[in-house]
Amino acid sequence: MPLLEFTSKGIYCSLADVYLDPWRPVAKAIISHGHADHARWGHKQYITHQDNVAILKHRLGAIVVSGKAYGETFSINNVTFSFHPSGHVIGAAQIRVEHRGEVWVFTGDYKIKNDGLTLPFEPVKCHTFITESTFGIPVFHWPDPVEVHTAINHWWAANNKAGRASLLLGYSLGKAQRLLHFLDPSIGPIYTHSAVGNMTAVFEGTHAFPPYQNLTAETSKKALAGSLILAPPAATEAAWLRKLGDYRSGFASGWMHTRGARRRRAVDQAFVLSDHADWPGLLAAVKATQCENVITTHGYTDLFAQYLREKGWNARTEKTNYEGESIDPKPTL
Amino acid sequence: MIAFSTLIQQLDQTNKTNEKVLALRNYFLSTPPEDVLWTIALLSHRRPPRPVTTTLMRTWAAELAGLPLWLFEESYHIVGDLAETIALVIPESTATLKPQKLNMLMEAIIALKPKGEDEKKKFIIDHWQSLTGLQRFAFNKLITGGLRIGISQKLMTRALAQAFEMEENHIAHRLMGQWTPQNTTLDQLLFNPNPEDLLSQPYPFYLAHPLQDRPDQLGECAAWIVEHKWDGMRGQLILRQGKWYCWSRGEELISEKFPEFEAFLSLPNGTVLDGEILPYKAGKIQHFALLQKRIGRKNISPKLLEQYPVVLMVYDLLEWEGNDIRAKSAVERRELMERLFDQYQNQNLPWLLSPSLHLPSWRAVEEERQKATAIQSEGLMLKRADSPYGVGRKKGDWWKWKSDPLTIDAVLTYAMRGHGRRTNLYTDYTFALWQGDTLVTFAKAYSGLTDEEFRKVDAYVKKNTLERFGPVRRVKPALVFEIAFEGIAPSTRHKSGVAVRFPRILRWRHDKKITAANTLDELKALIVQ
Repeated sequence: MPLLEFTSKGIYCSLADVYLDPWRPVAKAIISHGHADHARWGHKQYITHQDNVAILKHRLGAIVVSGKAYGETFSINNVTFSFHPSGHVIGAAQIRVEHRGEVWVFTGDYKIKNDGLTLPFEPVKCHTFITESTFGIPVFHWPDPVEVHTAINHWWAANNKAGRASLLLGYSLGKAQRLLHFLDPSIGPIYTHSAVGNMTAVFEGTHAFPPYQNLTAETSKKALAGSLILAPPAATEAAWLRKLGDYRSGFASGWMHTRGARRRRAVDQAFVLSDHADWPGLLAAVKATQCENVITTHGYTDLFAQYLREKGWNARTEKTNYEGESIDPKPTL
Repeated sequence: MIAFSTLIQQLDQTNKTNEKVLALRNYFLSTPPEDVLWTIALLSHRRPPRPVTTTLMRTWAAELAGLPLWLFEESYHIVGDLAETIALVIPESTATLKPQKLNMLMEAIIALKPKGEDEKKKFIIDHWQSLTGLQRFAFNKLITGGLRIGISQKLMTRALAQAFEMEENHIAHRLMGQWTPQNTTLDQLLFNPNPEDLLSQPYPFYLAHPLQDRPDQLGECAAWIVEHKWDGMRGQLILRQGKWYCWSRGEELISEKFPEFEAFLSLPNGTVLDGEILPYKAGKIQHFALLQKRIGRKNISPKLLEQYPVVLMVYDLLEWEGNDIRAKSAVERRELMERLFDQYQNQNLPWLLSPSLHLPSWRAVEEERQKATAIQSEGLMLKRADSPYGVGRKKGDWWKWKSDPLTIDAVLTYAMRGHGRRTNLYTDYTFALWQGDTLVTFAKAYSGLTDEEFRKVDAYVKKNTLERFGPVRRVKPALVFEIAFEGIAPSTRHKSGVAVRFPRILRWRHDKKITAANTLDELKALIVQ
């Protein structure tokens, strides 16, 4: 029996009777990170990284959850588990599973490039590596994120100078905090959509952010001129856009790397910034684990697995309900 | 070419028309005239022939990027643009050569065509390695053609008008015809045209907008000239100084395809006619399909002329006695036209005058529209009686009111990923009809659904794939769509035995099971005998 199996409820460890990131309600779930497709509602017990506890409580309300530090091992029925930084978002972890010397690692989602806010990805030696492959084709090569943040500030400054608001779109958890962290508050005031503001409030005290406030019904149009408004991607369809007056929109996502996707989103400005690994990143991660077996779970799974097989890995694809980064708006967290 | 690739980036970064026009205007003002000329040529579909095949480019790109060819091909299907895929997979180079000026690069590309494969490969790979990502994309576009950067000829004309403080219509007229950057200069093209070049120069075609609602909103019926919308090929016939020229709507000189039009030389010099070229035999207008037999041929033999004769169905007069009369009202132009026909009616010219239908009410107009298909017309044209002959697709004076399309309910059987903004979504579909208990392919369509519907069908395709053939997926037959099309004719080239024109999706029939889709025989019954 393999250490981890792919079932209709999620990735299952039968020896420990525990699921990793299950998509159906289960008794005991080990959760890699706080995004909705990995951390679902309805499990009886959650085990996750300690920094993710507050995120889960914010998102899922009253749940039974215990937190662990990175590298701290815990055993369930002689199976040893531990969390290791995945560099995806704050509190995100790869899950290492070991039984009698056999090691499997499930990445959840990850990125290799240091984002300056999240603890960077740490390769974990294993036999079987279960990897995401959201951007698993060779057209994705991320630009230097420092340059992207500089470009965002320049864009905002130019809009500010023209008296316009800047609407910057990115996921409420992860992308928004990363964007916020690098905004230059000397350009103008920063407002947040409540989904972003309330999520970010969870990290107050543990992470540094420039001053910001939630955009509310009381915020005046005048106050918004020249400001930057940070909102989740789904906010483009909300009625509150009308409030912003004259504005330009920008979207920060890995998908913005291709022109077709940029045209589909029809934003004024695209920024290529992702919390997922690009093609060289995925390949580097697979190599660094020194694994023999690779299982690809979501994204361009078939193509990435086929390429790895040609390169000598024992690679295959398993179907999951994870979505990775989506180009089209997902419901607000 | 730095300026040109920066321009592409600027145009790409905004979806606001005014900002695009401004970016173009600034580019025209800050770029040397020889590069402006090339840019105009490239944006008006006048690119030189492709010097290398795209197959070779794919192979070289995969090789340079160290990728198996299959992975490059899959990536291309996902990105949906070859120039972009190549630009993205090739690793960023460190050694940057000085990029060339646009006109120098274009001349080098033209000179490349007759050379050997090794030399071509070296030229292209040297450029890929020496250019940065964005310039590499622009370079690939220059090689593969088809810029597709969201700039219509109309927007370019507007930007030129703003940059050089000229009339938009004036520029549109100047840009017409078969010039190339090698046989003219910017000065000659826009500011000081050569009188000899003007001899053959056509006027910009005026194009009609589709009428969406009922015609009542257009006001009094009496204020409109109503004609049939003839189903042929738009043509502009020029008679100047004893010479004649026939231009297509795509600004191609098509005189050679229609040698019988030489007879028009008996008309006075300084006459320009706008009309529809139609297949016409034994006093009857023929089906559009017969015209295609003429258009497709390189050599027009006397036998072909006899087999498929054509006629020019004239519906406008643009130049008369050497004067541009486009500013005159449609009624005045028509009067002159009718006089011309009267005067030359005994000459046996291959022409007809498109009748102006004098109908008393919109209701009568509507009845006439229903009869259109029977006389090989696509519907009606409504032209405001007091309007001048416009330029391009200017809304308001000319409306096309097509007959309702033919429709049939068909089953989705295959899907392919789309291009451009539909990249990575399954939006190009193949539809089939029943023949006994098998489904036979009859049409492909990729327009007519909303973005939301496309997303739903895309999700269905991904979950219900039975087989994959490269980019094409065979899907489980379960979805029924109502397909509309403009015309239908027997065909030996199609498995179904029929060819339909301009098929598109009218709506998704959620209410129908596949057993309720139509049969091939029911489709064939729609062919007009």
